[in-house]
Amino acid sequence: MDTIPEIPKEEYILKCTSACAGCSDSLSLRYVLKAAGQDTVLVVPACCTSVIQGIYPNTAFKVPVYNIAFGAAAACASGMSNAFRAAGKKTNVIVYAGDGGTLDIGIQAMSGAFERGTDFLYICYDNEAYGNTGMQRSSGTPLGARTTTTPTGKTDAKKDIDAIIAAHNPPYMATACAAYPQDIFKKVTKALSFRGPTFIHILAPCPPGWRYSTEKSVEMGKLAVKTGMWVLYEREYGKLTIGAQSKAAMKKPLPLEDYLAPQGRFKGIDPKTVEILKQRITRNYARLAAEEAAP
Amino acid sequence: MKKIATGNKAVAEAVKQAVPGVVAAYPITPQTEVVEQVAEFVSSGELKSRYIAVESEHSAMAACIGASITGTRTFTATSSHGLLYMHEMTNWAAGARLPIVMANINRSLGPGWNIWAEHTDALQERDTGWLQVYVSTVQEAYDATLMAFRIAEHNDVLLPVMVNLDGFLLSHIMQPLDTIDISDFIPPCHLPHAIDVKNPAGYGGLTGPDQQFRFRWDIERSMRDSVKVIAETEREFARRFGRKYGFTEDYLCSDADVIIIAMGTLGKEAEVAVDLLRREGIKAGSMRLRWLRPFPNLNLKGKQVVVIDRDYSFGRGGILATEIMAQTKEDVFSVIAGLGGQEVTYEDIAEFVRKRRIGTEFWFGVTNHV
Repeated sequence: MDTIPEIPKEEYILKCTSACAGCSDSLSLRYVLKAAGQDTVLVVPACCTSVIQGIYPNTAFKVPVYNIAFGAAAACASGMSNAFRAAGKKTNVIVYAGDGGTLDIGIQAMSGAFERGTDFLYICYDNEAYGNTGMQRSSGTPLGARTTTTPTGKTDAKKDIDAIIAAHNPPYMATACAAYPQDIFKKVTKALSFRGPTFIHILAPCPPGWRYSTEKSVEMGKLAVKTGMWVLYEREYGKLTIGAQSKAAMKKPLPLEDYLAPQGRFKGIDPKTVEILKQRITRNYARLAAEEAAP
Repeated sequence: MKKIATGNKAVAEAVKQAVPGVVAAYPITPQTEVVEQVAEFVSSGELKSRYIAVESEHSAMAACIGASITGTRTFTATSSHGLLYMHEMTNWAAGARLPIVMANINRSLGPGWNIWAEHTDALQERDTGWLQVYVSTVQEAYDATLMAFRIAEHNDVLLPVMVNLDGFLLSHIMQPLDTIDISDFIPPCHLPHAIDVKNPAGYGGLTGPDQQFRFRWDIERSMRDSVKVIAETEREFARRFGRKYGFTEDYLCSDADVIIIAMGTLGKEAEVAVDLLRREGIKAGSMRLRWLRPFPNLNLKGKQVVVIDRDYSFGRGGILATEIMAQTKEDVFSVIAGLGGQEVTYEDIAEFVRKRRIGTEFWFGVTNHV
């Protein structure tokens, strides 16, 4: 049932960017651009991707990139998309923003753009903290994770941005994970086939932020899915389908400790907090499975 | 065509004729009538634009930026807190060299909630790289808005332009308006650095100190070049449509001993005060400052100067007075009047002149040292 997509050889990100070793933001973006192709403009608010492009007058990206202020990406894309459509152009307008720029400072502009039915794709690559500024907590940081502003572990839960997006009833939304690039490719291709606002939320493991060694980004992403900390799904016109990888994993999820132990950010996490996380995994999946089963 | 219109409607009429591809705006008193009228033109099909009803002014300017970088003509309008809320993006618009035109209906800033005329809102945008013009009549609001598009989009400028109208005193009053057939007065928008997917480029990414420094200088160079473009545009407008404008509007200045300088409707009121003072034998003149950025060269040699500020920079003084003193090296009588929409009549202005004390500051209605 799961087909392997034909992924173009064309690269839109040049080699040797200024990304950290093991960066899964750029890994994800590589496949996003392969799916989107040349007729694409990226709108990027302040985030790791602002840095990864390189320093003026050079750029490592082979599509136009419009950098914009932290809270303004969706609004900027909204103007751009309208201008392109008014000129009869089908150019893909893709926001590529981090969790801070999406869940925190950019949420108002994003909500507005979704409510107005803007014809664009909004991708949030989520490394669960403000990576560019040195790993401060964002509302995407999970409960119990240490960041530079939660030195003893975050006491609040991760914001459920997907539920907030779902409340805007976009024609298409999905979760994805940097460890599954073919899945990213397929979902971006699909998202761009819709008219109107679409959303993809990519979990992007981050070696310096999550404090694991740089070769383990793909492994971390897979562990997130296999433990149920991250569930892959799509919602098309409100109809939810859980991804095959998550379905298979959740038949017998790996113990959450397998995901937490290799990450320095969870070092010394309180066992009670681990229990809360485990309960949330169970409830979250049960909620999604029930939604999928509903007519 | 002659009609009667408010300042706000006059702006909307000009926007209709300039045909921006995208208008993005958020409502705020006393600007609302501008965006309502534009939205009506769009929905009736009289104006072929995309109207984006954004959820904030920050997003209004961000949407204009996103539209403008594709090479599309863009317009927005705001006021007071709306302008301040978009402050981050007004800087971005100028830095990105985007010829966005915005009408700002000058209004006081909270707290308290005060919706009446004051210039402090626009003057807090003084250093952003926007050109700023202040108008005083409904006709001028229309004419200046039309010219703003041509000036902003001129390839020697490529900076955004803000057209300022006094809240209520001009935005909501009715005056005669003569609309014109602009024909090719505003050439098609050509943005040399517009996004081109076939020739991809990065915009506004990481920039080192030396390059950033050069970009800042480029803004200033264009601001200086805009002086010539403004003069040319206003000359061409006068030649084609018969209405003359300049950096200042001078009324009986040449033989005057004392010159009143103010912006917006106060500058118009000052002309009436001049007539009154002349009847009393005081040789007064009025120099209404129209363009605040770029700031014009004012020749005030041998004149006594009374500056009326409908604004203030706390801890420094009236913003206009400070600018004029810095530029002309002349001392002035600085009057602070009209804040929060305080009523200032031509008789009040005449009294400022009669009781002027050069080198001092006077808060109308607060201090009694006149």
